[in-house]
Amino acid sequence: MERRPKILLADDNPDLLELYREMLAQLPGHPEIQTAAGGARALAMLEAEPFQVLICDLKMPKMDGLQVLAIVRRKYPDLRTVALTAEVDEQFRSRAYALGVDLFWTKPATEHETRLFLECVASLIGRESEVGFRGVQTRSLMDIIQMECLSQSSAVLRITNGPLSGKIWIQDGELIDAEAADLGGEPAFQRILSWKAGNFEMLPAEPSRPRQILKSYNALLLESAQALDESRSGVTAEGAPKTQPSPLAQVAKVEGVEFALTMQAGKPGQHAARGLENPERMAAWARQSLERFRSLGDRLGAGALERIEGFGPQRHVTLAAQEQTEFCVGWKNTLAPDEVRDLMKKVLALWAS
Amino acid sequence: MGLLKLFAKPAPTLLRLPSGSFTVDREGTVLTGTLPSSFPANVVKDIARQVLATFGEAAAAQLPLAELIINYPSLKISARELRGGAIVFLAPKAPASPMSLS
Repeated sequence: MERRPKILLADDNPDLLELYREMLAQLPGHPEIQTAAGGARALAMLEAEPFQVLICDLKMPKMDGLQVLAIVRRKYPDLRTVALTAEVDEQFRSRAYALGVDLFWTKPATEHETRLFLECVASLIGRESEVGFRGVQTRSLMDIIQMECLSQSSAVLRITNGPLSGKIWIQDGELIDAEAADLGGEPAFQRILSWKAGNFEMLPAEPSRPRQILKSYNALLLESAQALDESRSGVTAEGAPKTQPSPLAQVAKVEGVEFALTMQAGKPGQHAARGLENPERMAAWARQSLERFRSLGDRLGAGALERIEGFGPQRHVTLAAQEQTEFCVGWKNTLAPDEVRDLMKKVLALWAS
Repeated sequence: MGLLKLFAKPAPTLLRLPSGSFTVDREGTVLTGTLPSSFPANVVKDIARQVLATFGEAAAAQLPLAELIINYPSLKISARELRGGAIVFLAPKAPASPMSLS
């Protein structure tokens, strides 16, 4: 028997809860609608059972919608979220998107708006939650490129993967160029294809872009797939085992790095370090600081903590997280803040690739 | 009507991220500030407490810091250490769209 999708509605207005419950119950698949009269109640319900979609009012007493969404995005990354509000304010819209909500809707006032709202929620329910690239729907990046090339399309694909971003230019079904960090052409294309997940968007074609990639898309995709297989198996094309330095060793070699410490999120005691005499103490400080400012961000509804930078007379430090890894990187005190920021991006990009 | 208003529940409001600064002493007491009065005092105290704790614990971990910058998509908190206390700046920022280049 097919399982009905489950939607959780959070709003402090009982009349609206009832109204939305009736409307949403009419969606294809007749989803099961549950309601919560406040943010804390919604979090408790999410803790107790899985839902596919959370629709959350922003203005609620005690715990507002931004605070709820901040916690939800971190604890349930696969949950689709919709922020709903009667408040038309650019700051709240920006902050909701910064939290990573899938949709931001002002409460529908007309029949037309209601229909559009329901269509959007229906499309959210239909999306898969597998690993992959989230754009129009979840697919592998290779699939997306292949589809664009087969349909003889012209477009620019912009791909983001955490701190990394890249572009792929497609003209009349041919790959003509790619760009990722300081790479261009084929190496950039291979780099982008090595990312396991991310977001993509289609930008208008740029026919005037000079062609840097001369190979056919089929040959390139094949090479990329081969390179990925080799990296997974740890064997080179010639069959020899690879002897690459560990990612942490590579990070420690980045210009200006004095020490590098990585920690597994949520697993105290699991860390690896280079250049530190007493990594335990530094790891404890780093974990505590990250947790402290994550909680503060949740309370303020300011979005997921991006990074913490510290500047001191002896050395500078950056704390950041990427997927399940938390980083604490120490820098030479001669570096300027902008240099530290740029080099940290390099560290995260190196780690991700 | 006036009596009814007295017992009416206050309408919930969303916390706006403010722009401004405040100074705090080593005990965590907020001394001066330019934040709007609508921004809750307990949230200001909480920010001050977290900043001071981070400075203090960093020094204990042999990593003395003079300045801290905490980045969120919608807000930047900057803090400078001042003889055990701190001056803290809050600056809301317009985040990029979720699909844009980081």
